[in-house]
Amino acid sequence: MSMLEVNDLHVSYGMIQAIKGISFRVEQGEVIALIGANGAGKTTILHTLTGLVPAQSGSIVLEGVDITKKPGHKIVTMGMAHVPEGRRVFAQMTVYQNLMMGAYTRKDKDEIRETLQRVYEHFPRLEERQNQIAGTLSGGEQQMLAMGRALMSQPRIILMDEPSMGLSPIFVNEIFQIIEQVSKNGTTVLLVEQNAKKALSIADRAYVLETGNIVKEGIASELLHDDSIRKAYLGE
Amino acid sequence: MGFIDAFVKGISLGSVYAIIALGYTMVYGIAKMLNFAHGDVIMVGAYISYTVMYNLKMPVWMSIVAAVIFCTVLGITIEKIAYKPLRKASSSLAVLITAIGVSYLLQNIALLVFGSNPKMYTSVVQTPPVKLAGGELIITGKTIVTVAVCIVIMIALTLFINKTKPGQAMLAVSEDKGAAQLMGISVNGTIALTFAIGSGLAAVAGVLYLSSYTTLDPYVGSMPGIKAFVAAVLGGIGSIPGAFVGGLLLGLIEILGKTYISTVLSDAIVFGVLIIVLLVKPTGIFGKNIQEKV
Repeated sequence: MSMLEVNDLHVSYGMIQAIKGISFRVEQGEVIALIGANGAGKTTILHTLTGLVPAQSGSIVLEGVDITKKPGHKIVTMGMAHVPEGRRVFAQMTVYQNLMMGAYTRKDKDEIRETLQRVYEHFPRLEERQNQIAGTLSGGEQQMLAMGRALMSQPRIILMDEPSMGLSPIFVNEIFQIIEQVSKNGTTVLLVEQNAKKALSIADRAYVLETGNIVKEGIASELLHDDSIRKAYLGE
Repeated sequence: MGFIDAFVKGISLGSVYAIIALGYTMVYGIAKMLNFAHGDVIMVGAYISYTVMYNLKMPVWMSIVAAVIFCTVLGITIEKIAYKPLRKASSSLAVLITAIGVSYLLQNIALLVFGSNPKMYTSVVQTPPVKLAGGELIITGKTIVTVAVCIVIMIALTLFINKTKPGQAMLAVSEDKGAAQLMGISVNGTIALTFAIGSGLAAVAGVLYLSSYTTLDPYVGSMPGIKAFVAAVLGGIGSIPGAFVGGLLLGLIEILGKTYISTVLSDAIVFGVLIIVLLVKPTGIFGKNIQEKV
C-alpha cells in the first residue's frame, strides 16, 4: 500500500483548468519532489491534497483510505500535514501558541509535550523564541515555525510548499538539512520547490509538472543529470 | 446633573455598548463581515425576556436565561441560513446587504408577533442603590449590575480566547482561515461558535439596555446596535479590548455630550466621533497593524 496515491486528478478554478488529470504516488519513507515552473500547478496539487481546494474528479488515497471528499479539517487527523506556501504562520500569536495550534487535533497532553520537545530539538531557535510574536520573526524563522507547527500533528506524511522561497542561502541550506532529518526520522515528504537543484539533490524520486500535466518522472539523481531538465529547470 | 453623576451614567451606558460591540467585533474579526442585524438580536432578546417575565410569569433569572438561549440559537440559525451560503461570494457587499435584510426581517417578525405598541419593560435589577459622599452621589443598582456584568463578560471572554482551545481556534481562524483548517480546525464550526457567543451577549445587552431605557418596541435594537458599531470602530474593529474601551468611551461621550453640549445633538456627536476616527485613525484605538516580515 502506498503512502499516497493520486489518480487522474482534475482541478479547476471556475473556467480555468489548473490540473488536467495527473497521477502519481508516494511510497512510505520516500522524499518526492514536484518540480516545475511558476503556474505549473504545484501548489494547486498540494492545496487539493489537504482540502483547501476541492478536486473536480479523480481520487486521492492516503494509506489506503480515499480522502478525496473528506472535509479539509479532517485530513490532518489522518496523518497528512501541510506546510503552506508563504509559511502562513499565525502572525499575532506567539511561537509557542503557533506550535500548539499544530497539535490542535491531539488530546494527550504528555504526548504533545514530548512532540514539542522533539520539534525544539529540530529547531532550537524556536525554543529560544517561544514567547515571541510570530509576525516579528525573520522569514527563515517563520519557515522553521511553519515546519515545526506541521510536525506537531505527528504526521506520517508532510507536504512542503516552496520552503526555501525568499530565504537567504544560509537559511536555504538549513531548511534542506532539516527536511532530510525529518525524512530520516521516518516521515514521508512531498516537496514542492522552484529550487529544482536543491530539491532533486535530497529527493528519492521526482515528478516534473508543466501547465497542469506531469511531463516527466524518474529517479531524482538521474533527473539531475537529464539534459532537458538541466536546460529547463536548473538554468544550465 | 453633576459631572460625576453624568460620568457614572456614561460608564453604565458605555458598558451596554461594550457588550454589544463585542459581538460586532468578534464576528468581524472571524467572519470578516459586519453583521448589521446584530442590534436587532438585542431587541429579540429583550422581547423574549419580557414575554417570559410578564406573560409566562416566570422569575427574572429564567427570563434572562431564556433570552440568552433563544438569541444564541437565533444567531447560529441566521449565520447558517443567511450568511454561510454567501461566504464564497465574489463581493463582500452581498453579505453586508443580506445582513441589512436580516435586520429588517427581525424587526418585521417582531412587529407581527408582538405588535407595534411599545411595551413597558421594568428593570430586571432589584439591587438597592448605593449612596456615596454622604448621599451626594447615588449610584443606582442598575448601574452597578450593568458595569459588573460588563467586566465579568470581558474577563471571561479574554480567558476563553487566550486559555481554551476553541478560543485559540477563533484567533487562528481570524488570522488565516486556510492555515487554521490545515491545523484541523473546523472553520464553519468556529464561525458558528462566534455567532453563538455574540448573539448570547446581545441578549444580555438587551436585558440591561431595556432595564435603563424601558420602552420596548421592534426598533429598539437598531440605535444601540449602530452606536455599538461606532464603538467597535472607535476601539479598533476586530479587537476585544477595543470593543470594551470603545464602548465605555462612546457611552461617556454620549452622556457628557447630552449634559454639557446639547441633548438634541448628542447622537450627532456620537456619529461625528465615527467620522473623526475614520479620518484620523481608521484602525481605531487598538487597531492591529503588525507588519509581517517577508
